[in-house]
Amino acid sequence: MAELADDFEALEPKDRLQLLLELSDELPALPQRYADEPGRLEQVHECQSPLFLAVEVDDEERVHLFFQAPPEAPTTRGFAGILHTGLDGQPARAVLEVPDDAAWRFGLAEAVSPLRMRGMLAMLSRIKRQVRERTSGTSAPDHDAEVREHL
Amino acid sequence: MAAPTDDNPAFQHFAHPERLVSTQWLADALDRGEDLVVLESDEDVLLYEAGHIPGARKLDWHLDLNDPVARDFVDGEHFAQVMGERGVGRDTTVVIYGDKSNWWAAYALWVMTLFGHEDVRLLDGGRAAWAGEDRPMTRDVPAVTPAQYPVVRREDPPIRAYRDDVLAHLPGPLVDVRSPGEYSGELLSMPDYPQEGAMRGGHIPGARSVPWARAAAEDGRFRGRAELEAIYQGEQGLAPSDDVVVYCRIGERSAHTWFVLTHLLGFGSVRNYDGSWTEWGNSVRVPIETGTP
Repeated sequence: MAELADDFEALEPKDRLQLLLELSDELPALPQRYADEPGRLEQVHECQSPLFLAVEVDDEERVHLFFQAPPEAPTTRGFAGILHTGLDGQPARAVLEVPDDAAWRFGLAEAVSPLRMRGMLAMLSRIKRQVRERTSGTSAPDHDAEVREHL
Repeated sequence: MAAPTDDNPAFQHFAHPERLVSTQWLADALDRGEDLVVLESDEDVLLYEAGHIPGARKLDWHLDLNDPVARDFVDGEHFAQVMGERGVGRDTTVVIYGDKSNWWAAYALWVMTLFGHEDVRLLDGGRAAWAGEDRPMTRDVPAVTPAQYPVVRREDPPIRAYRDDVLAHLPGPLVDVRSPGEYSGELLSMPDYPQEGAMRGGHIPGARSVPWARAAAEDGRFRGRAELEAIYQGEQGLAPSDDVVVYCRIGERSAHTWFVLTHLLGFGSVRNYDGSWTEWGNSVRVPIETGTP
């Protein structure tokens, strides 16, 4: 996540949109097991367009993320792409240590306007909640300040 | 030089048919190299980058038309810069289209009207109509020769209402274009959208409930004049001579209805209350009604 945030920050606002579009394009399709059973997905109501996600934690405590968002909602897809690129395959503990306000560190508020950032903040908080539920016993650190350096 | 108008017979019944163009008219005009500028204005800020009508330029309602600090629109100088950068001069024919059945396109058209831009038209059916007919879309951003746009003072009063104007307007005719759940007070935002933005639910007392989408057919294009008259004049009892205020949550859906009443039905005095429910529903001691119509 930290590297990706740096990549965004290094760009001009217009180029940040291009990178967001690339991530939107590259967002993997939903695997068949979820496509067949949409009821297993969680809807992120805070997004302006319909976005659904699923979180898995494997035996090695690594997190796997799955998203579904329509092509006519590229911003929402792009936000999902950021989280997928930054968090998929990461250890559960590292995901839980991502600060809740990580979405603000991509310099996107300037490019898409702050009011459109809400969906990404909500996706991250729902992902972290699901990871927490699936790794009960592994608790998130209390102090954000301690973990900011990880981003 | 204004481009010719679309003589599509379906538009000729409207009060101001010159305000609408069909997808076929636009495709032909672009092929002919007609002197006009196409602007795309969407809810999703990345949709233009994902693909747009060849030659179209992006106009973002939030980044380009809203003041970055105060809750207001940009001033004349900022507007002149935004237009100039897009190659729009004062006499340029502008065609706007967008997602969500043209909500944001209608909003942009309404804001351009605040600045008195003469020739600004909507693409009937918007982005979905164009894409649905498999017409060309591209990710290429056109090279734009900037134009000189004069600094014009924004003229709000004829078509924009502030909160105090609405209070003074009561019990005059009001049209609430939000969904039934928002009107009754059950929801604070659109269904499936974040429930944000207002401390109280309900509607402005006496407002008629006419969800914006009733003006649109299934394909997102506007309904014909007779159907629109049946809704707004027949069923709701509004008359073209009425002084009408329209509102929604932040003024975008009501810009769509403002367009219908003003340009399709020829109402002479329609103001869009862009403060809408996010202002009214947060205001202290303004009257509110709840419940179904």
